[in-house]
Amino acid sequence: MELLIETRDLKTLFPITKGLFHKVVGAVRAVDGVNLQIAKGQWLGLVGESGCGKTTLGKTILRLVHSTSGHIFLETPPEVVAQITALEAKNSSDKELTALNNRYDLTTYSGNRLKTLRSKMQLVYQDPFTSLDPRMRIKDTLLEPIIVNKMMDGKHALKRVIEIMELVGLTEKQLYRYPHQFSGGQRQRIAIARALTLNPEFIVFDEPTSSLDVSVQAQILLLLKKLIKEQNLTYLYITHDLAVAESVCSRIVVMYLGKIVEIGSPEEIFHYPKHPYTLALVRSTPIPDPTRVRGRIVLRGEVPSPSNPPPGCRFHPRCDRALDICKTDEPLLQNTADKRIVACWNPEPPETSV
Amino acid sequence: MAELVRINNLNVRFHTYEGVVQALDGVNLTIFQEETLGLVGETGSGKTVTGLSILRLIMPPGKIEGGEIFFDVHGNGLVDLLKISEPEMRDVRGSQIAMVFQEPGSALNPVFTIGDQLTEGIMLHRRREIAGLAIDTLDRRLADEKTAGFFKPGLVTTRQVLRIVKANPKSRLVRFIQRTPLARRTLNGLRAEADKIAIAMMREVEIPDAARIMKHYPHELSGGMKQRVVIAMALCNNSKLIIADEPTTSLDVTIQVQIVELLKKLKLEFKSSLLYITHNLGVAAEICDRVAVMYAGNIYEVAGVVDIFKNPLHPYTQVLMAAVPKPGEEPRAIGGSVPDALALPSGCRFHPRCSQAMDICSQICPKLAEIAPGHYVACHLFQGEQSGTAH
Repeated sequence: MELLIETRDLKTLFPITKGLFHKVVGAVRAVDGVNLQIAKGQWLGLVGESGCGKTTLGKTILRLVHSTSGHIFLETPPEVVAQITALEAKNSSDKELTALNNRYDLTTYSGNRLKTLRSKMQLVYQDPFTSLDPRMRIKDTLLEPIIVNKMMDGKHALKRVIEIMELVGLTEKQLYRYPHQFSGGQRQRIAIARALTLNPEFIVFDEPTSSLDVSVQAQILLLLKKLIKEQNLTYLYITHDLAVAESVCSRIVVMYLGKIVEIGSPEEIFHYPKHPYTLALVRSTPIPDPTRVRGRIVLRGEVPSPSNPPPGCRFHPRCDRALDICKTDEPLLQNTADKRIVACWNPEPPETSV
Repeated sequence: MAELVRINNLNVRFHTYEGVVQALDGVNLTIFQEETLGLVGETGSGKTVTGLSILRLIMPPGKIEGGEIFFDVHGNGLVDLLKISEPEMRDVRGSQIAMVFQEPGSALNPVFTIGDQLTEGIMLHRRREIAGLAIDTLDRRLADEKTAGFFKPGLVTTRQVLRIVKANPKSRLVRFIQRTPLARRTLNGLRAEADKIAIAMMREVEIPDAARIMKHYPHELSGGMKQRVVIAMALCNNSKLIIADEPTTSLDVTIQVQIVELLKKLKLEFKSSLLYITHNLGVAAEICDRVAVMYAGNIYEVAGVVDIFKNPLHPYTQVLMAAVPKPGEEPRAIGGSVPDALALPSGCRFHPRCSQAMDICSQICPKLAEIAPGHYVACHLFQGEQSGTAH
């Protein structure tokens, strides 16, 4: 399994300022020490409640939001990552380390290198009603990335755009229309087409179907499924709907308040969750089956403020399995005895039923 | 079970610049007492319009152009809501039928406190009752003060005013007192009583620290809390019917579960009926007793919740169920798209997307017919050729 992207202790903090001179008095810890591995060709689902840093993590990986610290490695061999880690542990101002970081770490990219990087990584936004410019024809919207990146001349560019339109299930005729003339599902197709024009390798989807109807959602999911195979893509799929993630993703990451709490295959996450938060999410997910008997878990309260997260395990105030250690020490993401990756002091026993 | 609402052949049209939009096209629906009826369908299928029609809240260019909406207003027989006068309708809205809107953020007025907004409905619809409560409180206070040796004639005047309110809350004298500075303060006891009811109701919807929240403004609360406030507002007047229009759509799944559980509990407690409008079939499966499926302004199938999920009969219901992502199953898409509201297909609205369409489907619109006890389907696959009306 070849890795496309690997993050090491990635942090994105938004400073809270106060007073005339904008003195920094605190920080919103949106992404707080995330180690994430995305393999090539993987459809990685990122789930969690709103305000837990899913979108910020996606945007940080795309370099649309500046990270505060940590690394984002792109197509880096594991031995190089190990070398960088070793060098960092030894001496942080090493020349060799700087050279390696400059080569592999996305957080050091700037200028032209960043621009070429952007064409390899794309983003599809949540709301197709606001992500398209209402004054631009679809043709102009789709041509813009090609022109900006000087990828090909006009004639070829138009051909390419028509090709992409057909790929996402739209017709050439629709190129000359404006966004308001399309339905929500069609607009999301256009947003996907725009992300595809530059032949990217990696696409981040930020809740692409949450504003769509179930029937349209199914169409979009099937389209994404077709594209990931045909175009050799890798997806980071941000969603709050665990049922969608379970049905399409090849691996699911559960986030809570800026941290990853559990990683696993869809089946593991959905049927045998280890972290109490994952269990609560699974049990809260509505399933269209009136005869389903669900274990009672109604999560107490709401997500705490990320500017002042609880000490120890961030989930402990809402957790019914919390121990004394949870209030003081933070659990690390680690492999358990039964080969599961979870950050919890007291994970659910294997017999826990959903 | 007795009927609470019966909608007969309801037609609603929107006269827009581009043409006439047939939002509801002969909707027939019955809501029984103390049941939860789910209204599911895609965007633009007319779910919300149905809910708003019951309250007669369709705004121009929309217009209710035909049909009947019978509602058990006084508890002694059905009355057609479309025939009663606007002042009478105003008494029904908020007291007999309450509504919970989709977006809790925009359903609350940002410039009034939660307390102001919660008590508004109580002050309007339960005036006689709270005047009685205020007199009781005043009597107790007077008794206390007499024993203490202080006697305030002002309190006696206040009691007199409250008695007038109790006798006839809408009398001219009451309206005059309401508008006169200084005299107005004799009515302050009413608000205090309404506050007590509102705080009790907020405890009912599990809002912590209710007395403090009363003084807060909507922006100080989270989305889930706001939705609880809106639900408390709908419950304040012991309405017989609560129309909940996608109350959990803008909330997180974890909060959604809390709200759904709360609505289930409250419905039993208050013995009211619930019309639950949603596009989320999972939520519908959890909360509803019966489910009605809508498509392009028509109701296509009505059945008990287990029946409709385990044995969907209409082809549209079947494909809609298949489109929902379920664990271990891939979603299947429905071919084609929702028809343009300005140019609906003839006959059965679903026939261009239906895999089992016959010749008759494009000519005649099928009528809702009872296939099994309590299971109604509008489809030519299940009925003779005579029934139905030409479009």
